Amino acid sequence: MKPHRRKKLGIIIFITVGLSLAIGLTVFALRQNINMFYTPTQVADGEVLVGEHFRIGGMVKQGSLEEDQQSLKVKFITTDFVSDVPVQYEGILPDLFREGQGLVAEGVIDSTGIFQASRVLAKHDENYMSQEVKAALDAAGSSTEDHTAVVRESLTRNLPEN
Amino acid sequence: MIPELGHFSLILAFCLSIILGTLPIIGAHRNNLLWMSLARPLTAGVFVFLAICIAILAYSFAVDDFSVQFVAQHSNTTLPTHFKLTAVWGGHEGSFLLWTFMLSAWMLAVAIFSKSMPIDFVARVLGVLGFLICGYILFMLATSNPFARIVPLPPVNGADLNTALQDFAFIIHPPTLYMGYVGFSVVFAFAIAALLSGKLDSAWARWSRPWANAAWAILTVGIALGSWWAYYELGWGGYWGWDPVENPPLISWLFGTALIHSLAVTEKRGVFKSWTVLLAILAFSGSLFGTFITRSGLLTSVHAFASDPARGFFILAILGITVGGSLLLYAFRAPLMKSEVGFELLSREIFILTNNVILVVAAASVFLGTVFPMAYQALTGDLLSIGPPYFNAVFLPLMALLVFFLGIGPISRWKRTSLSYLIQQLTKVAIASVALGIVIPLIVLLEFSLVATTAITLAAWISLSMIKDVLSKISNKSGLMQGFRALSLSYYGMQLAHFGMAVMLIGVAMASGFGSEKSVLLSPGQSIDLGDYLFTYNGSKSVTGPNYIAQEAEMSVMHGDKALENLYPQNRVYLATRTPSTEMAIDAGFTRDLFVTLGEEKENNALSMTLYVKPFIRWVWLGSIFMALGGLVAAGDKRYRRLRRRQTEKAAMAGKAINATEPGLQAGS
Repeated sequence: MKPHRRKKLGIIIFITVGLSLAIGLTVFALRQNINMFYTPTQVADGEVLVGEHFRIGGMVKQGSLEEDQQSLKVKFITTDFVSDVPVQYEGILPDLFREGQGLVAEGVIDSTGIFQASRVLAKHDENYMSQEVKAALDAAGSSTEDHTAVVRESLTRNLPEN
Repeated sequence: MIPELGHFSLILAFCLSIILGTLPIIGAHRNNLLWMSLARPLTAGVFVFLAICIAILAYSFAVDDFSVQFVAQHSNTTLPTHFKLTAVWGGHEGSFLLWTFMLSAWMLAVAIFSKSMPIDFVARVLGVLGFLICGYILFMLATSNPFARIVPLPPVNGADLNTALQDFAFIIHPPTLYMGYVGFSVVFAFAIAALLSGKLDSAWARWSRPWANAAWAILTVGIALGSWWAYYELGWGGYWGWDPVENPPLISWLFGTALIHSLAVTEKRGVFKSWTVLLAILAFSGSLFGTFITRSGLLTSVHAFASDPARGFFILAILGITVGGSLLLYAFRAPLMKSEVGFELLSREIFILTNNVILVVAAASVFLGTVFPMAYQALTGDLLSIGPPYFNAVFLPLMALLVFFLGIGPISRWKRTSLSYLIQQLTKVAIASVALGIVIPLIVLLEFSLVATTAITLAAWISLSMIKDVLSKISNKSGLMQGFRALSLSYYGMQLAHFGMAVMLIGVAMASGFGSEKSVLLSPGQSIDLGDYLFTYNGSKSVTGPNYIAQEAEMSVMHGDKALENLYPQNRVYLATRTPSTEMAIDAGFTRDLFVTLGEEKENNALSMTLYVKPFIRWVWLGSIFMALGGLVAAGDKRYRRLRRRQTEKAAMAGKAINATEPGLQAGS
């Protein structure tokens, strides 16, 4: 083989090996770290295995929030207005977490059917409906427009007195 | 009346940009000097009219003209004036106007600082940019006019600026980020101009290098500002969340980093020509892709603007035309690009190629993680998310590999480096780095830690090989000062940026490996230990701000026997929108940050809060500052200007532009 051909071959082999390594690593990492998203109805229908890490999205049911006064434990119910899933979380809820508002939580479902959340996400803007929450509500056949009014009302009602 | 003037001036800018996008390019093709010389004045015109647009929009905000829809949606009479003025980029329409204006500012800079380039090249560059800006302005006029009115009944008061944006960083982060982002359009235009002209020597690489370095440096600052902001304001508790909207600038940055290295090879050695052109196209596509993602409503994020499929479609069309068109042109012209010289398998060229491959693979992996959920949803209708663990698992090893080669690259020589030379230069450096990596964590942490050892070894590898390189470069000079003076600015820029990488690496590793956080419920007077710090909650009181009310907690902090400054985190409620927002309190330090965010108040005045100790977190941004400075220093190298002057003189004498070959001014090249 001519020297410049050999060099070219060297470069090509080098790039191919590097790329395959990178792709292998990427696919492996991707398989490990995908969180599927399920709606409360899907969860209630048993589509999710106990212990599987996933995301759930829906509205926080009115009047369902229970805060423990001695610790950071909270319980609430997330709903798509067809099925309800109870959620437990220990930690500080995001600023915009409100009853009647949309939320997305990450975690696992335990054997008693309670969603143990490791992370709770709320939206950054009260006019904005998370795509995931919207999908959950659409899937359950409830119109999102109706709930926007509820959301706005609940926001005003939860305002601190001072 | 005033907002309509803004609208008219936007239309005028559009008309001028149509001419700019066509006549100079045709003129350059037909060698029509008059048409080519239209490029500079037309650019100035586009800039002036877009500046008028920005000024008028800012004025409408300043005088609370809520009949302008954009103002009504993003301002309020109670908003402080500095936020009113900057609310110009608080939403989709205005921020796109800023984006377009930034592009026109870059264009003006090209028009001014291109006196030494041949006129046909300048005409093509400005023409390509004119074509681009024409698309942007058309997008604004068609789908997102910032001057649209609410008729006949304007609201009495505005809906207010998103409370998460009411912060100092909002004033500087978006303009800097956009400035860096659109800067790559300039390099893209240089590459396209070179493709159009068919003169694919290394001249275009030399002309575009300072621009690429400057854009890259500004983008670095923009991303770092965003990360700093996310860290202290948005309460994500982290400086980087692999959020789908944080990723596109990073993808652009990675392509840009590859580009500035590859440009150096193309300019100095005349090789990798087609690869460099491709990278310029990719870096630019990255910035358009980022625009598409944030503005099409595909995403759920604090950055995502109100969704409108028409906008997404329009940007996709711009993306398709520019990227598709340039790739087509590339496919036709790439065979024309031939390397002038060869190089061996072990040479600086190969090390920079390795750097490029790693950076492009890293960019591709971030891209994959960002678009995979969207593509999956589009194909199957199911939703999924890809979390930070994916990005960390792929990105961090790639960066470690990059740093390994980073230590070798600057020491290696162009064209041919012998293995024995590299071994002789780097053996001591390697041993010292590993030794430092093992010893320093043992002394400081009193235990062995793989994270700390890896980080310190890599950082030492960069720093020590850098010192070694500087020392060997100045060793054959008579005096130390003379030696330092003989090194070029671009050499210092490179070393500064590489050193920034070492600093950032320490920050990232320490903050993620040794940070601690705790969420607790504290009654007034209660204390809690975290790391070496004792936090005590002293109680809270109400405070009133210009447009919000807040509950402010007082925390005192002890480090051993030493009392540190008190922290005052707040829970705010903004009055106009009644939106709650937490303001964290930070005690920033060179080796650690302490910070507190508040949760809710419970029985007996107990307050829930999260406390964080983040070691070396400042180094993440300190590192980016070094990198950006490095880029700017390199962009300011006299070499470019001197070369140009010499070239123009020659050109003037010979009556045509001559592509001067690299005189090897840079030490060690």
